[in-house]
Amino acid sequence: MALDADRNGLIASKYPLHIGMLLTKPCALLGRGTINWVNSLGTSAIFLALAFLKILHPKQWAKIIQQIYYIGARSTMIILLVSVFTGMVLGLQSYTALVKFGAQGALGTLVALTLVRELGPVLTAIMITARAGSAIAAEIGIQRISEQIDALDTMRIDPLRYLISPRIAAAIISFPILTAVFDIVGIIGGYISGVLLLGANAGTYVYRVQASMDMKDVMDGFIKSIVFAVIVSTVCCYQGYFTHMRTDSYGAKAVGLSTTSAVVISCVLILVSDYIVTSLLIR
Amino acid sequence: MIKDMDRPLIEFKDVTKRFGSRTILDRVNLQIYAGQVTTIIGLSGSGKSVLLKHIIGLLKPDEGTILYQGEPMNEMKKSERMAKQAQISYMFQDNALFDSLTVYENIALPLRETTNLDKAEIDRRVMARIEQTELKDAAHKYPSEMSGGMQKRAALARALVTDPRIVLFDEPTSGQDPVRKNAILSMIAQYQRKFGFTAILVSHEIPDVYFISNRILALYDRTIVFQGSPEELEEFDHPFKDEVIRSLEGLRQELTGLYSQRQFKVMHHAQLTQRARGETYSMVVFTLDDLGVVMTGSSHEAVRKTIRSMGRYIDKHFGAIGGFSTRRCTNQFVTVLPYSDLTEAENILIDFAHDFQERGLKDGYEGPERRKTSGVCIELVIRAGIAQGQPIAEIETVIDEADSNQKEIARLRCDVRG
Repeated sequence: MALDADRNGLIASKYPLHIGMLLTKPCALLGRGTINWVNSLGTSAIFLALAFLKILHPKQWAKIIQQIYYIGARSTMIILLVSVFTGMVLGLQSYTALVKFGAQGALGTLVALTLVRELGPVLTAIMITARAGSAIAAEIGIQRISEQIDALDTMRIDPLRYLISPRIAAAIISFPILTAVFDIVGIIGGYISGVLLLGANAGTYVYRVQASMDMKDVMDGFIKSIVFAVIVSTVCCYQGYFTHMRTDSYGAKAVGLSTTSAVVISCVLILVSDYIVTSLLIR
Repeated sequence: MIKDMDRPLIEFKDVTKRFGSRTILDRVNLQIYAGQVTTIIGLSGSGKSVLLKHIIGLLKPDEGTILYQGEPMNEMKKSERMAKQAQISYMFQDNALFDSLTVYENIALPLRETTNLDKAEIDRRVMARIEQTELKDAAHKYPSEMSGGMQKRAALARALVTDPRIVLFDEPTSGQDPVRKNAILSMIAQYQRKFGFTAILVSHEIPDVYFISNRILALYDRTIVFQGSPEELEEFDHPFKDEVIRSLEGLRQELTGLYSQRQFKVMHHAQLTQRARGETYSMVVFTLDDLGVVMTGSSHEAVRKTIRSMGRYIDKHFGAIGGFSTRRCTNQFVTVLPYSDLTEAENILIDFAHDFQERGLKDGYEGPERRKTSGVCIELVIRAGIAQGQPIAEIETVIDEADSNQKEIARLRCDVRG
C-alpha cells in the first residue's frame, strides 16, 4: 500500500512537469533557433562588410581577375546552354498560348521582358550557384579543415582579404555580364523556336523585342543580378569559411554539408530577394 | 640589470586556457630562450598544440600573461604586437601547404602578400630557400605530387622564407616512418644551426628529440611539470616520467633494436665519467652513405630492413665486448667500447665489416627491391671511423673525431646481386 502511494505521488509530481516541458520545449527550440539565425545573420553581415572593404587593397587585382575567370568565364558554357533552351521553351509555350488569342505578334515582347526582368537574373544566379558557388564553399571549407586558413593567419595574411574579397568582387563583376549573355542568348532561343520552327513573323519578333524594352528593364535586371552576386558569394564563402564551426559534423563530412547548405541557402535567398527587389523596383 | 642571454625570449605566467567547461592549460609557467631548440613533450591531447598557438597569437589565454622579451603581449599596441608576431613562423603538423599552389608559389606566398619586394628579389629569396632545402627539382610541383618528407621540407622553406627569429614546429614528425622521423629532426637541427633561429618544437618523439634539444618542457596534467636540459630530465622524479617517457621509449627500442639516445647518454655517463683520469675508451661511428638516393630509388621497407640489420650486426659484434650503441641520425650509428683500445676496436671492426658485407647486406636488402620502380641500380656504401676518447672529453668531440676518420668498410655493388 505504502509503495503504491509513493508511486502515485511520484507520478502525480512528474505529470505536471512533463506537460510543462511539452509546452515550453517548442518555444525554447524556436527561441534558440531564432537567436542562432539572428547571430549568423549578424556574423555574415560583418563578414561581408569586412571582406568588401578589402576589395580595394592594391594586391587584389590579379586575384580578382583569376576569380573572374573561375566564377565568370568558366560558367559561360553552362549559361549559354541553359539560356538557349530556356528561350526556346519560352518561345514554344508562349507561341502556342498566344496563337489561341491571335496575338502571336506579342511573342517578342513576352520572351524579352520575361527574360530581361526575371528569368535572366534568377536563372543565371542559380546556375552560377550550382557551378561556382558550390566549388567556392567546398574549396574554402577544405582550406579551413586542412589548416590552410590558419596558416594564412600565422603568415600575417588576412584570410578575408586573400580568399573572400576577390571572390565577392569577381561575382559582382561576373553576374551582370553573364546575365546579359543569358538575356541575349535567351531571346535568340525564343527566335529559334518561335520564328524558325513555328513560323512566327521574324520582323515582328525583332521589332517587338526592341520596342517593348526600355533601359529601366535592363537596369532592373542588372540591379537584381548584383544583389544576387552579393548574396551568392557571401553565402558560399561564409559557409566554407566557417565549416569548422559546424556542430552537426566534422572534417570532410562538414565540407559536404557546408557545400549543400551554401547551394540551398543561396537558391532560397535568390528567390526571396528576387521578390523583395522586384517589389521595390516595380513602384 | 638582466642580461639579454638570461632574459627569456618568451615567458608564460600562470596562463590558463579553457574551451567551454574543459580546462586545457592550467596556470602554465614556462620560459623559452633565444637561439635554443626547446621541445615541449607530452602525450597526445595534452594541450601541446594549444600552447604553441598561444605563442603565435592564434589563441589568447583566458587568464595569465604571455611576455615577449619581458613585455606583456596583452599590453602592447596592436601594431607592436603584430610586429613581434611577424617574427614568428609556424610549421603545421600536416604542413598546411596550399594544394592549389606549386611549391614555389607556396614559399613565395608570404613575401608576395606581406611585403613590397619586387619580383626579382622575391624570386631570389625563394630560390635560395628552395636550394637550401633541396627542393630544386620539385619547385614547380604541387604538394600532392610530392612525398611526405618533401612536403615537410617545403613547409619548412615557407616558414623560413621571411627570415623569422622564432620557428614553431607542431609535431613535425607525426605520421612519418622512423627513417623519415630522424631525417626531419636532423633537418630541423641542421637549419637551426645554419639560420640561427629559436626553434620551439612540440613532439612526443622521445627520445629522438633529446638529441636536437637544448631544453625540454614537459606538459603533464594541464601544466608544465618540468623545464630543463635532457640530462636534467634524467634526475627528474615525477609520475610524468613513468607514464610518458618510459612508455614511449620502450616502443622505440623495440623498433630500432638499439639503445635510445637518452639511454645511450645515461650509459655513457654511468660507465665513463666515473672512471679514473687517463683511462681511455674507443668510439666507432658508422655511416650509411647515399641513403637518400636509396630512399627515393627503392622502397622504405628495404631501407628499414638495412638499418635494422646494421643495428643487429653492430650489437652482435660490439655488444659482446661490452659496447653500447645508438642511432645518431637517419644514417649514422655510434658505438662506445668502454674497455677497448684502438687496436682491439679496429680488429672487431674488420670482423664486423666482413660479416656485414657477406651476410648483413643480403639479409636486409634483397636484389629485387634495389631495382624497384626505376630499374636503376643503386650502390650503398658503409663507412666507419674510430677515435679514442677520455672520460673528461665531451662525447660530441669524440664522435666528431671518429666521424672525420671514417673510411669505406663495406659496399653493396650492382654487380653482386642484380
